[in-house]
Amino acid sequence: MKPAPFGYERPRDLPAALSLLAEANGSAKIIAGGQSLGPMLNLRLVQPELVVDITCLAELKQAERRGDELVLGACITHADIEDGRTPDVTRGAMRGVAANIAYRAVRNRGTIGGSLGHADPAADWVSALAAFGARLTLRSLAGARTVAMEDFILGALESILRPGEIVESIHVPARPASAHWGYVKSCRKTGEFAHALSAVLIDPSAGTARVVMGAIDTAPIVITDAAELFGGRIAGDYQERFDARVADALLRKAGIDNAADRHIHVSVLRRAVREAAA
Amino acid sequence: MRNERDFSSARGAGAGQGVGARLPRKEDDRLMRGRGQFVADIRLAGLQDVAFVRSPLAHARILGIRVPERYRASVFTAADLVGVKPIRAVSALPGFKISEQPVLATGKVRQVGELVAMCVAPTRAEAEDIAASVMLDLEELPAISDMLKARKPGTALVHEHWGDNIFLETNYEVDISAALDAPIKVTREISTARQCMSPLEGRGVVATFDHRLDQLTLYSAAQMPHVTRSGLAECLGMEEGRIRLISPDVGGGFGHKGILLPEEVCLSWLTMRCGHPVRWTEDRREHLTASSNCREHHYKITVYANSDGTLRGIDCEATVDSGAYSSYPFSACLEAAQVASILPGPYRMPAYRCRTFSVATNKCPILPYRGVARTGVCFALELMLDLVAAEAGLEPGEVRLRNLIPPEQMPFDNITRKHFDSGDYPEAMRRALAAIDIDAVRARQREGEPDGRRIGVGVSIYCEQAAHGTSVYAGWGIPMVPGHEQASARLTPDGGLELRVGVHSHGQSMETTLAQVAHEMLGIDVASVRIILGDTAMTPYSTGTWGSRSMVMAGGAVATACREIGERARRIGAKLLQHDPASVVLQNGEVRGVNGSVTLKEIAYTWYRRPQDLPADVDPGGLEVTAGYKPQRDSGTFSYAAHAAVVAVDPDLGEVEILDYVIVEDGGVLVNPMVVDGQIYGGLAQGIGTALYEEMPFDASGQPLATTLADYLLPGPTEVPAARLDHMETPSPYTQFGVKGIGEGGAIAPPAAIANAVNDALRPLGVEMMQSPITPHRIVEAVLAARGAERTAA
Repeated sequence: MKPAPFGYERPRDLPAALSLLAEANGSAKIIAGGQSLGPMLNLRLVQPELVVDITCLAELKQAERRGDELVLGACITHADIEDGRTPDVTRGAMRGVAANIAYRAVRNRGTIGGSLGHADPAADWVSALAAFGARLTLRSLAGARTVAMEDFILGALESILRPGEIVESIHVPARPASAHWGYVKSCRKTGEFAHALSAVLIDPSAGTARVVMGAIDTAPIVITDAAELFGGRIAGDYQERFDARVADALLRKAGIDNAADRHIHVSVLRRAVREAAA
Repeated sequence: MRNERDFSSARGAGAGQGVGARLPRKEDDRLMRGRGQFVADIRLAGLQDVAFVRSPLAHARILGIRVPERYRASVFTAADLVGVKPIRAVSALPGFKISEQPVLATGKVRQVGELVAMCVAPTRAEAEDIAASVMLDLEELPAISDMLKARKPGTALVHEHWGDNIFLETNYEVDISAALDAPIKVTREISTARQCMSPLEGRGVVATFDHRLDQLTLYSAAQMPHVTRSGLAECLGMEEGRIRLISPDVGGGFGHKGILLPEEVCLSWLTMRCGHPVRWTEDRREHLTASSNCREHHYKITVYANSDGTLRGIDCEATVDSGAYSSYPFSACLEAAQVASILPGPYRMPAYRCRTFSVATNKCPILPYRGVARTGVCFALELMLDLVAAEAGLEPGEVRLRNLIPPEQMPFDNITRKHFDSGDYPEAMRRALAAIDIDAVRARQREGEPDGRRIGVGVSIYCEQAAHGTSVYAGWGIPMVPGHEQASARLTPDGGLELRVGVHSHGQSMETTLAQVAHEMLGIDVASVRIILGDTAMTPYSTGTWGSRSMVMAGGAVATACREIGERARRIGAKLLQHDPASVVLQNGEVRGVNGSVTLKEIAYTWYRRPQDLPADVDPGGLEVTAGYKPQRDSGTFSYAAHAAVVAVDPDLGEVEILDYVIVEDGGVLVNPMVVDGQIYGGLAQGIGTALYEEMPFDASGQPLATTLADYLLPGPTEVPAARLDHMETPSPYTQFGVKGIGEGGAIAPPAAIANAVNDALRPLGVEMMQSPITPHRIVEAVLAARGAERTAA
């Protein structure tokens, strides 16, 4: 389990990193925390010609509140968020998510941007950030673009990132005081990847709900207008109005044929809704 | 309770260090500071690394192996290994079919991961680059990965010339017809998943050749160095004396390190061919997918009982997936054939029938893993006894109490003629039931849980036959039959003691416990007792560490050798004291007479440095003794334990949480109870793995599907509860000090206790889990199936 030979660069600033990526023309991999890429290199599942290490880029380690949103650089670690070293606009919700990602050793090195770029549907941020309604800034030498989190992931380990493009920053909107948050996942054991995961952001006074079911074989199911899951309207009684049949149909539509798998996903979602209502 | 006659007069000299003392481990100073030396720590000048080209297919004909021209000198295939014989592990049991495992594949490959070529380079990464450049031309053949299908006629054949896929079929019957009219008859199919043993340290080999000694030196993480050497010598066609096998610090064995590896043979050949040392270190993917597996059993079992729960008989057909090859030295049939003899466990019954099949498939060989067949057998039988209890309307514990061998019948020969040496099995069960507080659990169940989970309680009990010797293994007729165990003891000129034993220690704490035995016999401080093991050149021959035998066998041999040293020292001491030898005793590390005493240190000094002071008729053997030992009976010691678990099951998510766990264990006289506690905790962790987590699945084409530890789940600290332990200490009447083997038991009973607890929790839902591991998906599937069945019935 040793990687195939590869080149290694540790650029000093973001433009230098983007130039390296542009020159590599798709044959480079970015290493941010290395918690997924490391094993994949060792297993020779990926054999890039070049690995570009962005861990020392100060631009990507910024975390600041800008108006009504939090802007996190891609190289913020899970532990930075868990330990409260970054500002919070979610009233503790992000901190709770961060604290339950894998193991502490992974959280010390793993980064939020790295996790998104890796695009594993079982990862925590891809679902949690979609529920928050986060947006991502992607940058390449050609410039920057901004996308909604739910439009970023296309499938397992597959995102809209183009060759030469990196996740630069994550924009998390402030959670309204009236919005309820629920986040539940089921893992075979502590720290393992979830096999079912749900994130809900429900605002009964605004009558809105964002619901995400993750840890499936494809991109997480993101319902930005989730009224249908609650009998057509979101109100204070949303927990009682939760309709498991609608969730089941969504999962079936996403290609989950196994009834036990769907039952677990629906049960996890039901608990996330219950947690939000609690 | 102890066997006083076996205790020397030295007892009392420092009772804080002898048999029974909770002494901290001597080896921990080195191991806990990172100063251990494992195979991968060994550095030799000129060492090069080896990576293997392994078969990507489970069953294929090899049409060609293409090596790039630039790597010709670095790649070796079966065609190069002229004169190297395949690994053969034959059993003399009638009907056993022989497999030949070429160390590098010839003709065809029979499992994913089978060695096809070896590549050598200055570093492992470069060796892997070379391996990646070797192209295999393979013609894929139909593979068989399901042992039940493999038994059927007309399926793909792993070894064509056999005509079927059966290594061995056995039949054992005692009057089964007498049970058939029993009022309770329960039949089920029960299975345990294929597992990987997963020691912290994988296998590893460093091979080098010493021209001065004309000797191949192999460093290998091996549990049984002497047996491995015999196997190597046979494969390589070398005299055993030309091979030295050193097994340094070993990070866990569990059976995985008991076999002769094709890699060991390959590297031995390679160092002699290349003229420089070579190394191969097993990586985790190789361990998971290519090396060896364990535990895969299937039972079709019927239990007959009277309506009061009394057992009338068991009828069973057991199948074990032995994989593609018979491993040296345990063979492909030990596991399945053992099922027939151990299935009745510690229970009385008048009728019994068991048919077993050791089946060949296109998967890795199966090896005896901690507990060997007992974990599967305990799982099958204890799950069935809970069903008998349900039929009889009794508490599961009560059914056990009505059928366990009562203490007044000890020693007891059971229906398969296993000789139970001693013990009070019902008492262990009663204590476990009391400790887990069955009544409180039942009350809690009636209340229900606020979070919607369901509570269940489960028990299991087993017996662990250990240190079984010549008479047992002669019957198997496998390459290794244990005889007398030997130990060498030498008093050094400064009064210290060196002990050489052929067993090994890979977590068993032998460096501490054997020193305690020596202290018990001679009164020497354990700090001055050195234990030398893991080297064929330095230790007496032994079959090594397996079958929970080391404390019984090597402990007995050390005691015997020390007793002889003590006797010789006593006679020298008498001369120095100018006493009649009959009037002096060895006590507290000194020889005492009426007018004075002389220490062992002074006696040793005299023997080595002032021989002019010795009596004329002194034993010329001096203060160095090699002694052999066997218990009075070699049918094995029987330790046992009752386990009880309380679990909470979430029927919607399928999650299982262990809320409480109790173990009441009887390992005979415990040399070091703290070490035994450690053995039990470690075994429990592995048992929880079997129960809830560990599984190596294969697809229909024989591809292993769990290739990393992200897919092959092992329990971690958060999954292992703080179990409560209680010890009983019934001595074995046949062994030195009354000790019994205890190393494996912790891993035997947990799957049964946990499954019974899960089933107790889910029984009101009509759910029954009869397969390990009990995963969330399996639970939810069963819950949904039960709901569907209910709906259909309604």
